[in-house]
Amino acid sequence: MNVPAAWYLILAAGLFGIGAFGLLTRRSALIMFMCIELMLNAVNLTFVTFSRTLNDISGQAIVFFVMVVAAAEVTVGLGIVVSIFRRRSSTSVDELSEMKG
Amino acid sequence: MIASVFVYSNANVLVFATSALLILVGAIGVISVKNPVHAALCLIMTLIGVAVAFVAQSADFLAAVQIIVYAGAIVVLFLFVIMFLGVDRREHIHFEPLVGQRAFAGVGVAITVGGLITLMAKSHWVSGASSVTTKLSKVGGGNVKELGTAVFTTYLFAFEATAALLIIAVVGAVLLARRERPAQSEESA
Repeated sequence: MNVPAAWYLILAAGLFGIGAFGLLTRRSALIMFMCIELMLNAVNLTFVTFSRTLNDISGQAIVFFVMVVAAAEVTVGLGIVVSIFRRRSSTSVDELSEMKG
Repeated sequence: MIASVFVYSNANVLVFATSALLILVGAIGVISVKNPVHAALCLIMTLIGVAVAFVAQSADFLAAVQIIVYAGAIVVLFLFVIMFLGVDRREHIHFEPLVGQRAFAGVGVAITVGGLITLMAKSHWVSGASSVTTKLSKVGGGNVKELGTAVFTTYLFAFEATAALLIIAVVGAVLLARRERPAQSEESA
C-alpha cells in the first residue's frame, strides 16, 4: 500500500512555500526564475498526487502541459535577462527602476 | 502519524522519505546559497526528488520527462546563461533594500501554506468525481499508454497549441537575445 496522498500534498505545499519565500526575498532575476520552477514543480507534484488518488489520467496530462509552458517561460525569461544584462550589467531586479515615478 | 508509518509498507515510506529529503534540502539550498551556480545544482537535486515522487506514484513517463526536460534542458539553460553573463559572483544575501521584506515574506508564506494545509485537513483530502476521463492502468506500472491516449484525444487541441507556443517562445528568445546593432559588434565584443 502506498503512503497516503496527504503526505505528498503537505510536501508539495512546503515546496511551494519555500519557492514563494525565495521569490519574495531574493533579488537576482536568475534565482527568482529558479524559485518559480520550484513552485511549478510543487504544483506538478500536487497534480500527480490527485491523479493517483482520483484514479484519473488527466492530472498527468496537465502536468505534461505545465512542463511545456515552463520550458517556454524559461526560454523567454532568460532571453529577457540576457537582454537586460547587456544594457545594465546586472541581473538585480532592484536596479530596474526606470518606471519609478 | 508516527504510528501510522508502520501500517504502510516500509519500501514506500522509504521512497517517500528519500524524495522528501531531496526536495526540501534542494529547495532550501536554492533560496539560501549565494552562488547562482550552486543554486542551479540544488535545483537539480529538487527536480530529481520530484522525479522520485513521480515514479512512486506510477507516473513513469512524467518522471523521465522531468529528468530530460528539467534537469537536462532547463537547468543547463540556466547554467549556460549564468556562465554566459558571468554573474557567478556572490550576491549580498543579507542586505535588505526594503525594511522587513524578509519578515513580511515569511509571514505571508506561513499564512498561505498554513491556510492551505488547514483547508485540506478540515475538508476531505480528496473531493471530486473519480475517473472522469480515463482510468489509470490497473497494473502498478507506468501509465504511458493512458497518458498518450489522453494527450492525443481529449487534449488534442491543447497539444497542438503547445506546438505554436514553443515556436513563438523560440522566436521570441532569439529576438530578445540577439545583438541589436551588428555594425557595432566589434567594439562591444
